[in-house]
Amino acid sequence: MNRNRKWFMSLIMLFTILVVVTGCSGTGTTTTTTPAATVTSTSTVTSGININGVGATFPAPLYTKWFDVYYKDTGIKINYQAIGSGGGINQITEGTVDFGASDGIMTETQQSKAEEANGPILHIPMTSGAVAVIYNISGISSGQLNLSGDVLADIYLKKITKWNDYRISDINPDITLPDADIAVVHRSDGSGTTYIFTNYLSKVSTDWASEVGNATSVDWPGDIGGEKNAGVAGQVQQLPNSIGYVELAYALQNNIAFANLENAAGNFITPSIESTTKAAEGITLPDDMKVMLTNSSNPEAYPIVGFTWILVYENQKDKEKGEAIVNMLWWAIHEGQQYTTALSYAPLADDAVTRAENQILSIKYQGETLLKR
Amino acid sequence: MKPLLSGNKKNSITRETSFKGLGNTGDRIFSNLTLLFSIIMIVLLLALIIILSIDAFPAIRKFGVSFFTSQSWNQVQESYGALPAIFGTLLSSFIGLLIAVPISIGAAIFLTELAPGWLREPIAFLTEILAAIPSVIIGLWGLFVLVPFIRSPVESWLGSNLGFLPLFQGPPFGVGFLSAGIILAIMTIPIITSLSREAIRAVPDNQREAMLSLGATRWETIRRAVLPYSRSGLVGATILGLGRALGETMAVTMVIGNSYNLTASLFSPGVTIASKIASEFNEASSELLVSSLMALALVLFIITLLVNIVARYLVRRMTATSTTKR
Repeated sequence: MNRNRKWFMSLIMLFTILVVVTGCSGTGTTTTTTPAATVTSTSTVTSGININGVGATFPAPLYTKWFDVYYKDTGIKINYQAIGSGGGINQITEGTVDFGASDGIMTETQQSKAEEANGPILHIPMTSGAVAVIYNISGISSGQLNLSGDVLADIYLKKITKWNDYRISDINPDITLPDADIAVVHRSDGSGTTYIFTNYLSKVSTDWASEVGNATSVDWPGDIGGEKNAGVAGQVQQLPNSIGYVELAYALQNNIAFANLENAAGNFITPSIESTTKAAEGITLPDDMKVMLTNSSNPEAYPIVGFTWILVYENQKDKEKGEAIVNMLWWAIHEGQQYTTALSYAPLADDAVTRAENQILSIKYQGETLLKR
Repeated sequence: MKPLLSGNKKNSITRETSFKGLGNTGDRIFSNLTLLFSIIMIVLLLALIIILSIDAFPAIRKFGVSFFTSQSWNQVQESYGALPAIFGTLLSSFIGLLIAVPISIGAAIFLTELAPGWLREPIAFLTEILAAIPSVIIGLWGLFVLVPFIRSPVESWLGSNLGFLPLFQGPPFGVGFLSAGIILAIMTIPIITSLSREAIRAVPDNQREAMLSLGATRWETIRRAVLPYSRSGLVGATILGLGRALGETMAVTMVIGNSYNLTASLFSPGVTIASKIASEFNEASSELLVSSLMALALVLFIITLLVNIVARYLVRRMTATSTTKR
């Protein structure tokens, strides 16, 4: 009897706790939104606003830093969830968040879908990043291996299968490469890094473009898939005679050997923050900034580079939020750029900043520009 | 109230009447509450099936049967087929069971029939601890300890000595079906062992005693009395282990090599349904891709459902035969 009642009581208690907790969280959200609503009447004070963004994982460390600094300076809270570029595109299309973030350009169908729902969508560049080609060949340290675009493409197409293939040794006269099979490692998860990498390979190799193509995840001809940067780097570091690709920041922070790549001007370039920034200076940037920076013609540019964008609607639905977003974006492409190099991201080139400024100035609320300069 | 307390099996009729008839308020609230909870579970399951089917529909309509026979998973051309994932799921689970079943049943026999009393509990306890290790930890261990060991010496030895078999061809990467199978074996051993122990323990002592009194040895007793008697239970345990292996995601993703291909070689990197979904779902933005991943999920759901139904059936048959024998 006694034990039975105890059970029953604890069940009742559990249920009550559940009701109370859910009730509390419900009231919690309402209290947080009220200040934003009251602010609308006072209009000039913007603190207390919550901006929500989701998207790419690649710029997440930088965004976290930015939004932290920005919150301390302005009191405007920006929540960023790094769920991946695809998720960022999906959620901004559905209008569930205030901005999305992506390492890839939205496809035509994605853009028209977003436009149908909420009007034209802008791609505003925030920073650029490089993809480093990493390898594990005993006796050959970082920066000693030279690769060209077509050789890299043929390695990933499994057409070049040995490290001592004459096409590799021809561009590496100073080192002796082993007579060993190349183990090719790629990202198994869909990612902006893969998008940039395959975009580059599609530009430099017609075979790659026709057989595999350019996407956040492709039908790889080659060997092993690793999960995220860490998975690819882990495989390459473990597996002798392997090759892989990761974000440059990841390779730098973890001291992984990476290769020099031949750029469009015929120079072998070591990936670095400087050679990443240069990439935007050799490419004609369109006003909408929907451009991949791969295979830049700048003689000092590293060839596998891409922008990472914040996706926002040109027509904002909420004046307060819209103002907060444009101010934050303006801050990010100016003051925010000083935080890039410390985190191994490349600051935007001047031309890119100017075009991003114009984009931010075009963001409107009911036909009226939100940011006035 | 009394029958409720004792919770005795033979009193199920009394229990029902106590809920319906006499019913004090507490009882009625309690019975309605538990009813509500069970309904929630059923609704959840149905909702899962319905949502999966709705979301998978565009892919199945587009690809039809070829979704199950095509080997490509190509985002550029938007053509998706499930065959390598289904194959990889079944193959890795099969390798896992091939390793896990003999070890588990052997361990279960030792624990119930042969081990001295003081050894039984510690070993049983440790096996259950193995079951409690989170799969991501087993996966990390797999990636950093097991995979290098599999690459060399295991795969390089198999490759150079038995390389004429298609099973052992290809470069020794370490990651691949073999490593995935071994990881799955490690993860299913605790389940199969403890269920097998229960099955063997359910064999009545008089069976063993009868066998021994006929002059049989220990081995003969186990082989002719214990194992046949608990056979269905052992099969049930195996199939429940298979259920776990089929759905395992994290650990497998880390060691299988994530390559979408269909080969006979155990060294080859492959993919399972669960690992494919885990890898691609986050970044999936095209509708057809999401739908194809949902269709994959539906396939996995159906496979595990079938496995569980079979297990149920076998376990029921075991209880039925054991009662008739009694």
